[in-house]
Amino acid sequence: MSDLSAPLPSLADRARVVQADSGIVGVHFFKQTPVFVLGEEALLFAPVEKRTSVAIHGGGILVSAGDGQRIVTGGDDGKLVSTNRDGDHEVLATDEKKRWVDQVALGPDCAVAWAAGKVAHLRTGKGEARQLELPSTVAGLAFFPKGFRVAIAHYNGATLWFPNAAAKPDVLEWKGSHLGVTVSPDGRFLITTMQEQTLHGWRIVDAKHMRMSGYSARVRSLSWTHDGKALATSGSEQLILWPFEGKDGPMGKQPTMLAQSPSRCSAVACHPRQPVAAAGFSDGSVMLIRLDDGALILAREADGDPVSTIGWSAEGQVLAMGTEGGVGSVLTL
Amino acid sequence: MNTPTSVEKIPVTVLTGYLGAGKTTLLNRILSEPHGKKYAVIVNEFGEIGIDNELVVNADEEVFEMNNGCICCTVRGDLVRIIDGLMRRKGKFDAIIVETTGLADPAPVAQTFFMDENVGAKTRLDAVVTVADAKWLKDRLKDAPEAKNQIAFADVILLNKTDLVTPGELAEVEARIRAINPYAKLHRTERSNIALDEVLGRNAFDLDRILDIEPEFLTADDGHDHDHHHDHDGHDHHHHHGGLKHYHDEDMQSISLKTDKPLNSDKFFPWVQDLVQTEGKDILRSKGILSFKDDDERFVFQGVHMILDGDHQRAWKEGEERTSRIVFIGRHLPEEKIRKGFESCIA
Repeated sequence: MSDLSAPLPSLADRARVVQADSGIVGVHFFKQTPVFVLGEEALLFAPVEKRTSVAIHGGGILVSAGDGQRIVTGGDDGKLVSTNRDGDHEVLATDEKKRWVDQVALGPDCAVAWAAGKVAHLRTGKGEARQLELPSTVAGLAFFPKGFRVAIAHYNGATLWFPNAAAKPDVLEWKGSHLGVTVSPDGRFLITTMQEQTLHGWRIVDAKHMRMSGYSARVRSLSWTHDGKALATSGSEQLILWPFEGKDGPMGKQPTMLAQSPSRCSAVACHPRQPVAAAGFSDGSVMLIRLDDGALILAREADGDPVSTIGWSAEGQVLAMGTEGGVGSVLTL
Repeated sequence: MNTPTSVEKIPVTVLTGYLGAGKTTLLNRILSEPHGKKYAVIVNEFGEIGIDNELVVNADEEVFEMNNGCICCTVRGDLVRIIDGLMRRKGKFDAIIVETTGLADPAPVAQTFFMDENVGAKTRLDAVVTVADAKWLKDRLKDAPEAKNQIAFADVILLNKTDLVTPGELAEVEARIRAINPYAKLHRTERSNIALDEVLGRNAFDLDRILDIEPEFLTADDGHDHDHHHDHDGHDHHHHHGGLKHYHDEDMQSISLKTDKPLNSDKFFPWVQDLVQTEGKDILRSKGILSFKDDDERFVFQGVHMILDGDHQRAWKEGEERTSRIVFIGRHLPEEKIRKGFESCIA
């Protein structure tokens, strides 16, 4: 354990503060410009110069995804909306029953996957629509890094959907409620976050199970390291990194635990180019963590306002952080 | 471990009742009365609510088992997600109402507030309110286990449509309800007409509000008060008491135990943990006020199936009788075993 009494080197006072009108639920980038997703209706574009708020939903925003070209959001107004760097936005889909659109993932060639209730939808870049009904509500969506395949988390397992093939989807079974999903960058492992304080994983080639447990809370934030060799996770009083090198992934291995904190990690985002992770905590602090040796730099001071989201610009020069209370911070490194 | 926060937890009222009992009427009443409060409402079917409300969410009532080796630990998966989503809009509403389907078991809804850390950190279960049909409840108690569950689980019961039955029929159905759940607050209503503070803001799951555990009698609107606080320890059912009939329900009962002797906490906790582990499937609700040896504070607990929540509440007052009392409401409870177990915890 590091000496908590020694002050950490800090960059916190170099961050510019962006005050939002409601809680911040996500952050994405258009080049160097951070865009905060607000819990209520709008996106807040926060370049250095002039901030603009763009109302895109008639209600709460439940989910968002960005790929540098667009930010796609789902709302409790039953709409799926795509917004570009100029703030121009279009409704991509509307749920006919006005159910919540609460899952979104962006794929290759401008494809978008989303879900409302038990139905997963996909729209290809050419505008073709596909859908798949699941036995229970879709609780997580992720595209595979290669090929045109979507992972869907739900009760009692995950489904691998090939939207362009007539083939029946593959199902990976594990009892319990799976609430989020991610696929390793090499496409070999699929990991879900569960209702319990644990992750479940499958090696896709042989559906071999792996269980990653020991958390003090449900895991709600996941991020792969820049080289794809480890998965950084929230849900504990430190940053937990599971090793995914080697053919067995984390099976039989211990995770790396860094940045011991008095409060619980609530958001994680790995640097896109360097072995560095940013971890946000429920006391409002954000740490930059060098993964090689665990060295820490404070990026945001604790103020009691839980960190809800963290994001890096594509090259990793800009770090944006948002809180449940609606305070954004932007740090240019 | 929770970070202290000045933010109040959002209260959640669970509204249950068999098909056609008057849940939607009550819900419409709650939403339309001029109370200045905003409610987020989680319903099963859109369209039933006649009131224009911005925050109406459709739920699918997905009951999920937890992987914790506890067979009755189920949660409402849809509620976990919906409350996550709603809390992104905090400030837009003051309270949440969850309306279940007529066939729903209230337990998974209640358990969600204890099993999901995020839900429990941001919201609190206020009370389970059950609307019952005065005319048909008696039949439903015979043929619908769901209806019996809803009565047994309730903190507040609205015995509705009293205008459609005779006084005799009403007394009969009340006695049937009391045979299952003597502890809920019971109100007679017509067209679900009730003062809203009788159903909302009850704090029924708040440990600080466990003041005494006495069987409740009818809070009648007819100005006629039965006013007999007799002890229910004797378990002599089938008796007539001041003209009020007493029934014994064949499969759902309550057990109430008490002692004036202090309990040994080293014996009590393992016993009660073991009891809810083995019998928790059949124990719907439990509650207790306990006096431990060499402990000057009252200990209180309440539970839902296998989940127990307990804490020291306050110091025993000067002159206050240090009586320990526990109650269980459940199905086919092994009364002798529970009684003996409890007695063995006496210090």
